[in-house]
Amino acid sequence: MDVLGTLLKLWNDSGFSYFFVGDGWKYLVMIVVACVLLYLGIVKQFEPLLLVGIAFGALLTNLPGSSLYTPELWDRFLTGEIGFGTIMHDGGLLDVLYIGVKAGVYPSLIFMGIGAMTDFGPLLSNPKSLLLGAAAQLGVFVAYIAAVILGFTGNQAASIGIIGGADGPTAIFLTTRLAPELLGAIAIAAYSYMALIPLIQPPLMKLCTTKKMRQVKMEQTRVVTKTEKIIFPIVVSIFVILLLPSTAPLIGCLMLGNLWRECGVTERLSDTVQNALMNIVTVFLGISVGATTVASRFLTLDTLKIVALGLVAFGISTVGGLLGGDVMYVLTGGKVNPLIGSAGVSAVPMAARVSQKVGQKENPSNFLLMHAMGPNVAGVIGSAIAAGFLLAVYS
Amino acid sequence: MFLSNVVASGTPESIGGALLTALLGYVVVFFGLYLLMIVVIILGKIMTAKNAKEAASAPAAPAAAAPAAPAAAPAPGSAGKLKLYDTPDKEAAMIMAIVANQMGRPLNELRFISIKEVK
Repeated sequence: MDVLGTLLKLWNDSGFSYFFVGDGWKYLVMIVVACVLLYLGIVKQFEPLLLVGIAFGALLTNLPGSSLYTPELWDRFLTGEIGFGTIMHDGGLLDVLYIGVKAGVYPSLIFMGIGAMTDFGPLLSNPKSLLLGAAAQLGVFVAYIAAVILGFTGNQAASIGIIGGADGPTAIFLTTRLAPELLGAIAIAAYSYMALIPLIQPPLMKLCTTKKMRQVKMEQTRVVTKTEKIIFPIVVSIFVILLLPSTAPLIGCLMLGNLWRECGVTERLSDTVQNALMNIVTVFLGISVGATTVASRFLTLDTLKIVALGLVAFGISTVGGLLGGDVMYVLTGGKVNPLIGSAGVSAVPMAARVSQKVGQKENPSNFLLMHAMGPNVAGVIGSAIAAGFLLAVYS
Repeated sequence: MFLSNVVASGTPESIGGALLTALLGYVVVFFGLYLLMIVVIILGKIMTAKNAKEAASAPAAPAAAAPAAPAAAPAPGSAGKLKLYDTPDKEAAMIMAIVANQMGRPLNELRFISIKEVK
């Protein structure tokens, strides 16, 4: 037996040998990046439910020779050369799971879960908060323009801009359709910044409001009837989908989940969507999005640009919501606390909690949480409309 | 036709085109949510009117046999009586404890007038 030859063959077949060939060192860098993301998810608890899965997907896809995810296969899919059937046949485990992302199934199912978990009562009791949800989409469009200036194509710029919507499933949904090559970077940027909302927003909130504004105590909102809560998802589905048909998967699933929650006769379904289904989809979504961060495609200057633009998008969306809040403060003669405007950046319910925390710091008897939930859930609808618009323009 | 000059799917976008798309997009988001706001306001008004009508048509409560005695002043040292609307005692106690904790003040220094469940 040729011991040396066998050992050499074993070495050449192992993943370790790839690290020393050509750009193989990039895989090592990505393994380190994946470990840092795992640290952020587990120790710092940055959106752990998704980030841990994304980071582990990134780790698996960057272990050379594992063949769990094959970007070349997806390149052929994008050119129309092959279909899902070939990917099912020839792809690795993560290729198969990624079909759910590519087909827009996972983000839509996540939206269904969000709908089943969301109480639209605060929005119904104060419909003007819908305008704050719209104002807080400013960052989406500013970041889109900035991305174009930095040399991204229209499709890519639209996908980068939607990070400002602070809505992970929407960002993934739009990116898979317009610029799938950027999915890994955009998903990681979106979820990382969402986790950093308690750090990003407060300084901007203080910058855009006066102490007097922040101390405003808002009056109790009116009681919303059960009938209104049942009619609302039906009306929104009809209205928004007719306005922008491309929002149908997201808005349709969001409102179906909410209808299950509110109608009172489908408690089992509502419970399943909120818990079991949401958890199952989160498992598949996280790991398959992480799989797209293949070293050769992820370690580029574009990724750094996306991370920077994502921060711009988040910051400007927050400022947009706050400015909207300032306008409402003036128009209502000081009855609206502008801090609730920053909650317009989706990220339910974290952004609303930040409004509550900052408002209570200024005035301990101030309770803004329920008032901030209105713009917060309006932001979910607003970011879906923004995504629908960009999809209509670029698809 | 309007958008066909702006759209360049997968190709570089001009800054002017991007500005126009961004402006149009922001307007569409505002327009969509503004119209939704109008719909929600109308829905709310219909429901409020319906509830008021139902309340008015309900049989009037029997008049009190005798005029109610004026409310007695709280006993010295008492914080008065807390009114609860659709809120069980247990939840009210929990809410008061949370409020006191959030405000960083002892519970006996606070006076709660009423607690009402917002539906």
